[in-house]
Amino acid sequence: MNAHTPTALRELSYAEAIREAMDLAMAADDRVILMGEDIGVYGGAFQVTGDLVHKYGTDRVMDTPISELGGAGVAVGAALTGLRPIFEFQFSDFAALAMEQIVNQAAKVRYMLGGAVSVPLVMRFPSGSGTGAAAQHSQSLEAWLGHVPGLKVVQPSTPEDVKGMLLAALEDPDPVMIFEHKILYKMKGHVPEGYYTTPIGKAAIRRAGKDVSIVATSIMVHKALAAAEQLAGEGIDAEVIDLRTVRPMDHETVLASVRKTGRLVCVYEGVKTLGVGAEISAMVAESDAFDFLDAPIVRLGGAECPVPYNPELEKAVVPQTPDIVEAVKNVVKGRI
Amino acid sequence: MPDTQLEQNIPYAIRAYSPEQLTDALRKMFLIRKFEEGAEDSYTRGLIHGTMHLSIGQEASAVGSCMSLTDEDKITSTHRGHGHCVAKNADLGKMFAEFFGKETGYCKGRGGSMHIADPAKGNLGANGIVGGGLPIAVGAALSAKRLGTGAVTICFFGDGANNEGAFHESLNIASVWKLPVVFVCENNKYGMSTSTERSTAVRNIADRAVAYSMPGRTVDGNDFSAVTEAVDAAVARARRGEGPSLIENLTYRWRGHSKSDRNRYRTKEEISDWMGRDPIVSMSRLLVDHGILTNDGVAALETEAEQVIKDAIEFAAASPYPKVEEVTRDVYTVQEAAE
Repeated sequence: MNAHTPTALRELSYAEAIREAMDLAMAADDRVILMGEDIGVYGGAFQVTGDLVHKYGTDRVMDTPISELGGAGVAVGAALTGLRPIFEFQFSDFAALAMEQIVNQAAKVRYMLGGAVSVPLVMRFPSGSGTGAAAQHSQSLEAWLGHVPGLKVVQPSTPEDVKGMLLAALEDPDPVMIFEHKILYKMKGHVPEGYYTTPIGKAAIRRAGKDVSIVATSIMVHKALAAAEQLAGEGIDAEVIDLRTVRPMDHETVLASVRKTGRLVCVYEGVKTLGVGAEISAMVAESDAFDFLDAPIVRLGGAECPVPYNPELEKAVVPQTPDIVEAVKNVVKGRI
Repeated sequence: MPDTQLEQNIPYAIRAYSPEQLTDALRKMFLIRKFEEGAEDSYTRGLIHGTMHLSIGQEASAVGSCMSLTDEDKITSTHRGHGHCVAKNADLGKMFAEFFGKETGYCKGRGGSMHIADPAKGNLGANGIVGGGLPIAVGAALSAKRLGTGAVTICFFGDGANNEGAFHESLNIASVWKLPVVFVCENNKYGMSTSTERSTAVRNIADRAVAYSMPGRTVDGNDFSAVTEAVDAAVARARRGEGPSLIENLTYRWRGHSKSDRNRYRTKEEISDWMGRDPIVSMSRLLVDHGILTNDGVAALETEAEQVIKDAIEFAAASPYPKVEEVTRDVYTVQEAAE
């Protein structure tokens, strides 16, 4: 290692980082299997599993029938009895067909059985808008599952994190739901080589600042960072926190930031009402950090409607960088 | 050499199992009956809250289906699952303690009647969701195949589950992947109050097997030997790697669906007719007729079962309750995640 001087940091796309994590896990542990629709020779609807079927065969990279409930339940049963399944929903929206097994079974079996078993299950949910696929293929449903004790719910925003959090999820004895924004799949970034884990339940400060805390999830982290750069040009120093995990939520990182800046803007793509930002806001309002607030908390979330098809309409229903810039300015300048 | 003609006149169970195994099977059937009567009595006396789904009248299906299983083999069960637990060698004291909501119960008082499980004995648990256990059973069979354990999974479900999507998806996946699972439908004629005639498009639920390219058989679920013969063949087929089967055990629950049932959907005549086909009476007769037990021997098994249940209830009653401050324990395996 010490003789090794890399000329440049290695870059992978978000999708390649997921694939590398699965490849490492499968090479190290025969119990790890992949299940999902068209994840074999097709390579997955978003080419995340890619060519893994050629390396590990159809016994470990298993194309399921189009049977989300059945497939998810098989993964739950397999996890209960010695395998480490990674189940891919083709679109997170299709998880609606499998909610029974996720919510009533995977999340609760351990508790209902008094701790006699664990369900070491990883599920992956390609999520979010921006692909022109309209209302049934564009949702951000992380708050649904974040509402269920027994599940862990993560939203990695970078290639480095998605690899590390997927490997952490595989080490975790409990069900971990990974929400992957589809627009991130092609985003490139530095990804360390080899095996490492990124902790579940820890937020990351992506940009330190003193004037306002922007707590963002998934793709909104990147929009928040772009907004922060613009705001810096106008003399506003924003701190950008990447929440990374919806459940269990990292309260302390958020609270420490709010105590420092006195202002909070939450940015998330899921529908605003009863969404992730509602939980962050309430959590801050219930804490001592409330006393540090110099302005009302602001939430920027998805509009109160299904995701539309028309590209201009589609953009309009989720927060965009200019929306964040404007919201932050209003908060900082005391306009709300 | 035995006379083949004569052999065929002897019921399958008598040919396939030793006197000790058959006596143990009848003992378990008595235990199920007495367990449920004891649970009902405890409920009436206010010692148990919530609800319960009794399987009195269905004992041959539970015990007969599990005859060729070992502790390595798995089962998934239903809300009407006490019989399956006993058939899979559960500890009656821990079962009653769970009913009483005690820390010594199978689920430490967190699950109750609808979630009793015993993973060490291969019992992956009852389930409060109709059809909830079906894909889980298929997953257990996938593990067995992938890990090469040789284990078979029996998936118990009721007639009500046969109209759930989970039933159809599970049978299809099990067949496509040729997994070692046996689907055992306990058809007791009613999904709560709705009869199979009113709910199910096929005459026999086992007919649905055709759609999933697996063998399907409908048997008298109150006839221990018939159940054993059909399920053993399906288990053997699964063990040979030839894939899943669907067995339908026609049976009847003497009691209502649950404690809220006022029995408005079936007649007294129908109930008494089925009570005249008591699977414990016919199993007792089978063993007496074949010289395996005397009438006194049968009576002794019943008395022994009553004593086991009495002891189990005493154990449960004397056990401690869970601590309220530990209510969020076991939500996660590593507890700090519970926040």
